[in-house]
Amino acid sequence: MSKKVNANLVTKTISQLCVEANFRLRKDVLAALKTAYYKEKNSRAKSMLKDVIDNAAIAKREKIAICQDTGLPVVFVELGHNIQIIGDLKQAINKGIELGYKKASLRNSIISDPLIRGKSKFSPAVIHIDLAKGNKLKLTVLPKGFGCENKSQLKMFNPTVGIDAIKKFIIDAVETAGPDACPPYVVAIGIGGTADLANLLAKKALLRQINKRHAQKRISLLEKELLSRINKLNIGPMGLGGKTTALAVNIETYPTHIAGLPVAVNISCHALRSATKVL
Amino acid sequence: MKRIFTPLTKELIKSLNVGDEILLTGIIYTARDQAHKRLIKEIGKRRNLIKDKIIYYCGPTQTPKGKIIGSAGPTTSSRMDEFTPKLLAAGLIAMIGKGARSEKVRQSIKRHKAVYFLAPAGCGALLSQKIKSKRIVAYKDLGPEAIYELKVKDFPLIVGIDSKGRSIYDTK
Repeated sequence: MSKKVNANLVTKTISQLCVEANFRLRKDVLAALKTAYYKEKNSRAKSMLKDVIDNAAIAKREKIAICQDTGLPVVFVELGHNIQIIGDLKQAINKGIELGYKKASLRNSIISDPLIRGKSKFSPAVIHIDLAKGNKLKLTVLPKGFGCENKSQLKMFNPTVGIDAIKKFIIDAVETAGPDACPPYVVAIGIGGTADLANLLAKKALLRQINKRHAQKRISLLEKELLSRINKLNIGPMGLGGKTTALAVNIETYPTHIAGLPVAVNISCHALRSATKVL
Repeated sequence: MKRIFTPLTKELIKSLNVGDEILLTGIIYTARDQAHKRLIKEIGKRRNLIKDKIIYYCGPTQTPKGKIIGSAGPTTSSRMDEFTPKLLAAGLIAMIGKGARSEKVRQSIKRHKAVYFLAPAGCGALLSQKIKSKRIVAYKDLGPEAIYELKVKDFPLIVGIDSKGRSIYDTK
């Protein structure tokens, strides 16, 4: 039996998710920031972390965006095979983005033409649709700020590369981002697939709770090792030193081709925002 | 924590040292990527926004009903690096942003005895509470990238590069 979902419900849900994501910092992120605050010894780093934690409280209380960069909204759709959408899904999503961003007085950061630039708007979102089993429709809005998006990197390694070269590439990417992209970061990594999929895997890795390690032991160990090495870079909150350069490293993997090994790094600032609802 | 007021005098700027934590009260002007591109082309007729002024690299959100301004934190300063030496040569005395600057900008700050401040990065909600008024003074068509005149009170800053050209990222 297929389940019918009206496009209007999609619009309404997306609109609510935009507001939620931009006003309320994710619980896992806030918890990690608080833990970092207690662990940090460097007084300046501690004071910066306090600002970030206070900022989240003010945003929630005053109903004001956590960050003025309310991002390029990235929407993830998990569409169960028994779901039938009544109406135009893409249009419904973009309408929801516009409604939500307008209602919450967020920032119109999207320009229609990347070369001509011109007047900025609220939409369109970047939409990724995954096909799933079942009769559920899962919608996620990830407003991705561009200070950190600008620090993304992709490298197409040879298949015979050693793991040390991959680790070095990831750590170097964080070092290159340095103080610019609002550390402490969440470092998201996509390994495998094609060039495009590796980048998408990295983006999706940002959706996983940052206190949850990868299900595969070997990947989870790699996440832990990278985090520990990144936190020795002494970049610290706002780049002013300290041991909290990243809150977590999240890795996702996918099968790849015998001739290659794509690795993508997608960095998030400390304001890692996303909200999800299942219909 | 030292409290300072606009207009910033050369003497005051000289007294600021890298790493100093200060609270700024007075008038600042927002300008980011597109506004910089235009300011450089119109440097002659836009002197009133440059000479002895403070530029804040910021593009606020829209203003929620009943509020003075929306979220209004700093954007990445390095994107403005290519324009900054020309603005400093035209009399700009201070900038507020986040992150590192190029060597060329550091030298230019030293040459013109200017100063670069860091504002708490990713704290736009917190900083919005320190802004007491706003009005658009140029480039309205740029939307969030327009130039706003902001009156701020006790705006929290750290000296990132002082007038001697010393950078906080070299001394941390």
